[in-house]
Amino acid sequence: MTRVYVPRDSAALSVGADHVAAAITREAAQRGARIELVRNGSRGMLWLETLVEVETPNGRVAYGPVNPEDVVSLFDADFLSGATHALSHGLTEKIPYLAKQERLTFARVGITDPLSLSDYLAYDGYKGLKNTLAMVPADVVQQVTDSGLRGRGGAAFPTGIKWKTVLGAQSAQKYIVCNADEGDSGTFADRMIMEDDPFVLIEGMTIAGVAVGATQGYIYLRSEYPYAFDVLNQAIAIAEQAQYLGENIQGSGKTFHLEVRLGAGAYICGEETALLESLEGKRGIVRFKPPIPALKGLFGLPTIVNNTISFASIPIIMDKGGAFYKNFGMGRSRGTLPFQLAGNLKQGGLVEKAFGLTLRELVEDFGGGSASGRSIRAVQVGGPLGAYVPPEQFDTPLDYESYVGISAMVGHGGIVAFDDTVDMAKMARYAMEFCAIESCGKCTPCRVGSTRGVEVVDKIIANDNRAANIELLRSLCDTMLNGSLCAMGGMAPFPVLSALNHFPEDFGINKKELAA
Amino acid sequence: MSYTELYRDLVDLPGALLPIFHRIQERLGYVPEAALPEIAHQLNLSRAEVHGVMTFYHDFRSAPPGKTIVKICRAEACQAMGADALVEHAEQCLGTQMHSTSEDGSVTLEPTYCLGNCALSPAVMINGDLKGRVTHARFDALIAEAKGANQ
Ligand SMILES: Cc1cc2nc3c(=O)[nH]c(=O)nc-3n(C[C@H](O)[C@H](O)[C@H](O)COP(=O)(O)O)c2cc1C
Ligand code: SF4
Repeated sequence: MTRVYVPRDSAALSVGADHVAAAITREAAQRGARIELVRNGSRGMLWLETLVEVETPNGRVAYGPVNPEDVVSLFDADFLSGATHALSHGLTEKIPYLAKQERLTFARVGITDPLSLSDYLAYDGYKGLKNTLAMVPADVVQQVTDSGLRGRGGAAFPTGIKWKTVLGAQSAQKYIVCNADEGDSGTFADRMIMEDDPFVLIEGMTIAGVAVGATQGYIYLRSEYPYAFDVLNQAIAIAEQAQYLGENIQGSGKTFHLEVRLGAGAYICGEETALLESLEGKRGIVRFKPPIPALKGLFGLPTIVNNTISFASIPIIMDKGGAFYKNFGMGRSRGTLPFQLAGNLKQGGLVEKAFGLTLRELVEDFGGGSASGRSIRAVQVGGPLGAYVPPEQFDTPLDYESYVGISAMVGHGGIVAFDDTVDMAKMARYAMEFCAIESCGKCTPCRVGSTRGVEVVDKIIANDNRAANIELLRSLCDTMLNGSLCAMGGMAPFPVLSALNHFPEDFGINKKELAA
Repeated sequence: MSYTELYRDLVDLPGALLPIFHRIQERLGYVPEAALPEIAHQLNLSRAEVHGVMTFYHDFRSAPPGKTIVKICRAEACQAMGADALVEHAEQCLGTQMHSTSEDGSVTLEPTYCLGNCALSPAVMINGDLKGRVTHARFDALIAEAKGANQ
């Protein structure tokens, strides 16, 4: 019996993984080959999807990208024994893209069957919860603080401090809310965790509930992720069945219930207070802070809101200790970040590395340069509110503070590359347009400023009073930066200004005029 | 017709409104105006509030969609791989614009801002199925397949 792996991650499905799996099953039956087909998560080397793996005595051997038409020739070449083929890449673990990573949060992703609890347990799953159940709550929170973990949703707020606030809040009912709205273009780490290792998110949220005394959790999931919705619901049912969720978890007397709720296509509902409004069944309008959600969150009660990756990083911290996690990274950016390589890159995918590597390493070494073969001109880091980084800045280390130093942000780790055909004035216009479409409308600088911003960029492009309109665009950005209630209006100027400052020629002016 | 039967089991959930809209849209393809007063009554909310929530979210449609729903990602990662040209191509060969349904009612075309398939861009979603590396030729083939399945 040979084990063959074909991913069930939706990125793999999007390029035909189900058809590949069916072709392999059919061909094996015809040839009388005995195989066990496992639908694993994706290894994150997405340019190789559909990536098929075969288990051999030396380890798993990779073939990709496999299309259904390739299956007959794979059998002919005896891929079931790990033989070479035009599509083979040797041992999966030795592929440099994977071998060079530091996978902590994504340790199991791609290796296991996402819905197999026994796989999860066999690969260190629920060790963190076990330790948690043997500790007093304050010590759990201390471990999280010691790990140096900062929120992976974008704002990079220290997770331990947030948890401590909720722990200290007096209330009969508290909530744990997972922000799985992942709206940034170029990001899919949350999606992969949910589809490819859902138990790690469930475990992380359960630990949070036990640590601060919350018995109800919600995962607020964007509606664009129907596959993740299915997997999470199945995983929750399995965890309940095995008493990892519900009443009296593993005989500890602790209770934690978990439910998935769908968003409805509003980017602003990724902002934590808009998210809470939405969970309460209201329009996703941003709340004034204070009060902070840790004290008055969901239905006005103390609530931890954390990003999916923040929660998914908790189990390994509680398994190996805060100090272990803190050992990775640089400066005040501790641990690892799953970077997501997207857009015009030859080798797009997920790269989990400790903070401190450079964009050049990601784009050139991992990404292999542009998919189009042209030179890379700009990279947007950190989603639609993140700056466009020019090649001159590719050597700045990726850590939160260094990026702030170049007026950019690491955010949720989305890396979107553009080749030299990109029109940066058009991208600036898009940033304003996106803000106009997605603004919650609560404050004027964002609501009106973004619409005006689109008009002004249009005039600049049309060379209508160009110099005056560039000045106007800057002052508009200034108003948005300083006068917006949340980071939607407050950061939309970053992509706009970075485009203007680094690529003035696309706006019809040269660097000298820019300086004047 | 009463719409309440579609969602009676959800009425007591905390924050039930979005789950109710999702349920109705899942069953009917859209959220009929006529369902709103009932929902307001069931949840003890004002009609204005229910209407306000429904119209705030891009997902909820107030009119029935075409048989095939095509969402094309317009966000940056897909733009970097030619999403704008794909949108033009789609509008041309489907004979309809973004945010609208073709005259024969066969296809509804909608923009979306990120499907989480950014390494395999451009990405589209057809009747809830995610597709990646969508060249113009592949788009045509996928549409033909979806329309065939709807016959
Ligand atoms: C416009 C806007 C969109 C956001 N979108 C997301 C999102 O999709 N996912 C996320 O985790 N955080 C998002 N955030 C950040 C959240 O407000 C919040 O900081 C985060 O959920 C806290 O969790 P963390 O500390 O674990 O990062 C967004 C913020 C803003 C202003
Ligand atoms: S900045 Fe924009 S999104 Fe944020 S509160 Fe103001 S109007 Fe709403």
